[in-house]
Amino acid sequence: MSTVLEMKNITKKFPGVLANDNVCFSADSGEVHALLGENGAGKTTLMNILYGLYQPTSGEIYLKGRKVEITSPKVAIENGIGMVHQHFMLIPALSVVENVILGMRQRRGAFLAIDEAAAKVKDLSARYGLAVDPHRKVGDLSVGERQRVEIVKALYRGADLLILDEPTAVLTPQETDELFGVIRHLTAQGHTVIFISHKLNEVKAISDRVTVLRQGRAVTTVKTSRVSKEELARFMVGKEVLFDIEREPLEPGAPVLRLDQIEADNDLGLRALKNVSLEIRQREVLGIAGVDGNGQRELVEVICGLRKASRGTVWLGDIDVTNASPRRITELGTAHIPEDRQARGLVLTMTLKENLVLHDYYRPPFSRGHFLNWKEIRDHSRRLIREFDVRTPHEDLLAKNLSGGNQQKLILARELSSQPQLLVAMHPTRGLDVGAIEYVHRKIMEQRARGAAVLLVSTDLDEILSLSDRIAVIYEGEIMGILANHQVDIGEIGLMMAGVKKTAVA
Amino acid sequence: MAVGAAIIRFMGLDPVSAYRALVLGSVGNLNAVGETLVKAVPLMFTGLSFAFAFRCGLINIGAEGQLYMGGLLSVCAGVFIKGLPALIHLPLALAAGFAGGGLWGLISGWLKTRFGASEIITTVMLNYVAIYFVSYLVTGPLKAPPGNFPHTEPVAVTAELPRILAGTRLHLGFIFALLAICFYYVFLWHTREGFELRVVGQNTEAAKYAGMKPSSSIMTAMFLAGGMGGLAGAGEILGVQHRLMQAFSPGYGFDGIAVALLGLNTPLGIFLAAVLFGILRSGGNMMQMMVEVPIALIYIIQALVILFVVAQIMAKPSGRRRLRSFLRDFRLFEASGGAGRIGSRG
Ligand SMILES: Nc1ncnc2c1ncn2[C@@H]1O[C@H](COP(=O)(O)OP(=O)(O)OP(=O)(O)O)[C@@H](O)[C@H]1O
Ligand SMILES: [Mg+2]
Repeated sequence: MSTVLEMKNITKKFPGVLANDNVCFSADSGEVHALLGENGAGKTTLMNILYGLYQPTSGEIYLKGRKVEITSPKVAIENGIGMVHQHFMLIPALSVVENVILGMRQRRGAFLAIDEAAAKVKDLSARYGLAVDPHRKVGDLSVGERQRVEIVKALYRGADLLILDEPTAVLTPQETDELFGVIRHLTAQGHTVIFISHKLNEVKAISDRVTVLRQGRAVTTVKTSRVSKEELARFMVGKEVLFDIEREPLEPGAPVLRLDQIEADNDLGLRALKNVSLEIRQREVLGIAGVDGNGQRELVEVICGLRKASRGTVWLGDIDVTNASPRRITELGTAHIPEDRQARGLVLTMTLKENLVLHDYYRPPFSRGHFLNWKEIRDHSRRLIREFDVRTPHEDLLAKNLSGGNQQKLILARELSSQPQLLVAMHPTRGLDVGAIEYVHRKIMEQRARGAAVLLVSTDLDEILSLSDRIAVIYEGEIMGILANHQVDIGEIGLMMAGVKKTAVA
Repeated sequence: MAVGAAIIRFMGLDPVSAYRALVLGSVGNLNAVGETLVKAVPLMFTGLSFAFAFRCGLINIGAEGQLYMGGLLSVCAGVFIKGLPALIHLPLALAAGFAGGGLWGLISGWLKTRFGASEIITTVMLNYVAIYFVSYLVTGPLKAPPGNFPHTEPVAVTAELPRILAGTRLHLGFIFALLAICFYYVFLWHTREGFELRVVGQNTEAAKYAGMKPSSSIMTAMFLAGGMGGLAGAGEILGVQHRLMQAFSPGYGFDGIAVALLGLNTPLGIFLAAVLFGILRSGGNMMQMMVEVPIALIYIIQALVILFVVAQIMAKPSGRRRLRSFLRDFRLFEASGGAGRIGSRG
């Protein structure tokens, strides 16, 4: 194997942050090189430098032994580098081919050679086992399919070296397996893949070598087969990591949330929730397990007032909040960690302090009459940033400049600071490193101990099992059964997730 | 500037004296300074008009129409109401101008929130309606009786914006424009409603999730945007023209778009950009008179200024991304067959 890429002594300074500190990184042809590190360790920054989105403060990049200046993504693409970003950059209103050729220079005059491009997309799909239909609208595709479009887009532009920034964070286990198939196809044909992930199992499964970053520095580069999961975690965090969290037994109190025969439609007007009834009490975590897209999103939206229920009742305590406004539901003590932090949870182009009062800005002490009280807002923000350990130089940073994990902490800080009665958490640890996951889990357990009721939606069965007192399995909008955690049998949950009903309800 | 000079040279004229004329004509003496600021006043208002909507994620191309409607209502208030002291009459006329533009803007806001109609399309169309409507009125029902000039009666003296700098045409509207800029800043960055408006503009989904009502922010934004456009018209009528006539605006509404973009939709930026355009406008007249450089050159320079700004934004990766997402919206807009989903993107 020959070395295709060498990044030497890369340093990148942002105002107040040293994101990369003298990092050396290399990749061989045909290898999968994993990049591992805590949230904010500088992985995305390093790759953005390679892709020409950022210029390094100092350091050099060599491709196949030749020194290159990658001044823009265009130069990166010309040098055979492709990148699939942590957050996709496709245009939903356009078709797959249109997205693929978007922004490319057309060789033949002003006309878009759509058919020709579509043929090439088909060709690429077949070659690398990427099933995508070039004529579908991107908006209609699932997350996994969109990701394949991103990969095709990079390959179409002639990428030999493919950077995948946390590609699996949003995928179901099946989709992840499919992605791994694609990656194996790619490396078999001589492509090099740089793979960023927080999931140690995945890193173990797919990569040949691992480089670990910690606080901007490259701690080590090792052959994957020579290290254990625990060792990798220690490299990342710098200390032992607990993979399991203690769930102390607590006596549940009064019911906080009750759903009674709820029905609701999804965005396409199809029935997404069928006759859903459930109850969560104080000091209790109810986990919703199920394959993504089985009505979890609609369930959460109905509870939070973001979607109309066509039938049934939602009770918060003894107040009927069916189809109440989101604001009223929040005011009654509901906090919500949304599924998609970038689309919903944050306003990326606004500052941290503005994001921290996104729900409470209109109430004292943050507002007096019609006017905002910036001093209060600033003090409040500083308090939360300290308390929740959001890594940032100051509260005037734009939210988009935080690393993914710190963005999640920001949301947590906002939602938990109101001491909610009910916490609705959807995929709360998606894209977080092992240390941060431990942190989030601890915070959720704290809320439970404080007396809150928690609805936890996750596709990660381990997470559900370790946090929930009871587990409800949802399949095509129906609750297949609710089990107490101690009587759970994984095989049974698996069956229920596939649509086999359970009769005895815990 | 250098490119402008090259063009002047190419036309066989002397660029040095042309630019000297430009400077002389815009800031060379008190009168010139006054003229520059007089031109800057409507540009500040129309710049604010575009900016208010833009901050809410809307593209308001309708300042020109809002300006005409504002001018129309303020002239009605100025002409038909009589016998009030200036202290009441003038604010009333200005308020009428604000309301005229504001309601005109609200139509687009309503069409958007109610039917999802693109504000780009509706504001452009309402421009035509407003301009032709005013033409019709000043050539017909509102035409001043004697003579054949297509204009209305002059407004009562009590409704005029008084001059504030002796020896120039600079009028009180300038102070109002500065106040409007302050209002823009205070409203957007220090009030609840302004905060909501900005959140809606940046991320509608997050706004809904935070319990805000995007449709009411859109209505507010379009009303204020229209109101600013209306004040541009009212200021021009009550301060400079004193009566309503056909085509009284040389495209202030459209220049406002450039002013806002050049000023990056910030309060200070809008002020500076408006003054710069004022300089080009008033100096351009002088240049034309003294060196026979056609006024069209000024438009070329204006366009160049904008190009340079855009180029500078492009040079920064963050700016590039912003611009790209802006363009993406436009493409999205085209891709959706003009039915327009800008602003309501989720
Ligand atoms: N444009 C920017 N301006 C200022 N600071 C930035 C910018 N981009 C990144 N940072 C900071 O640099 C550090 C590294 O961020 P980076 O996004 O590379 O982390 P990461 O390893 O990808 O984390 P995650 O796993 O959470 O995605 C963080 O502290 C982040 O806040
Ligand atoms: Mg990252």
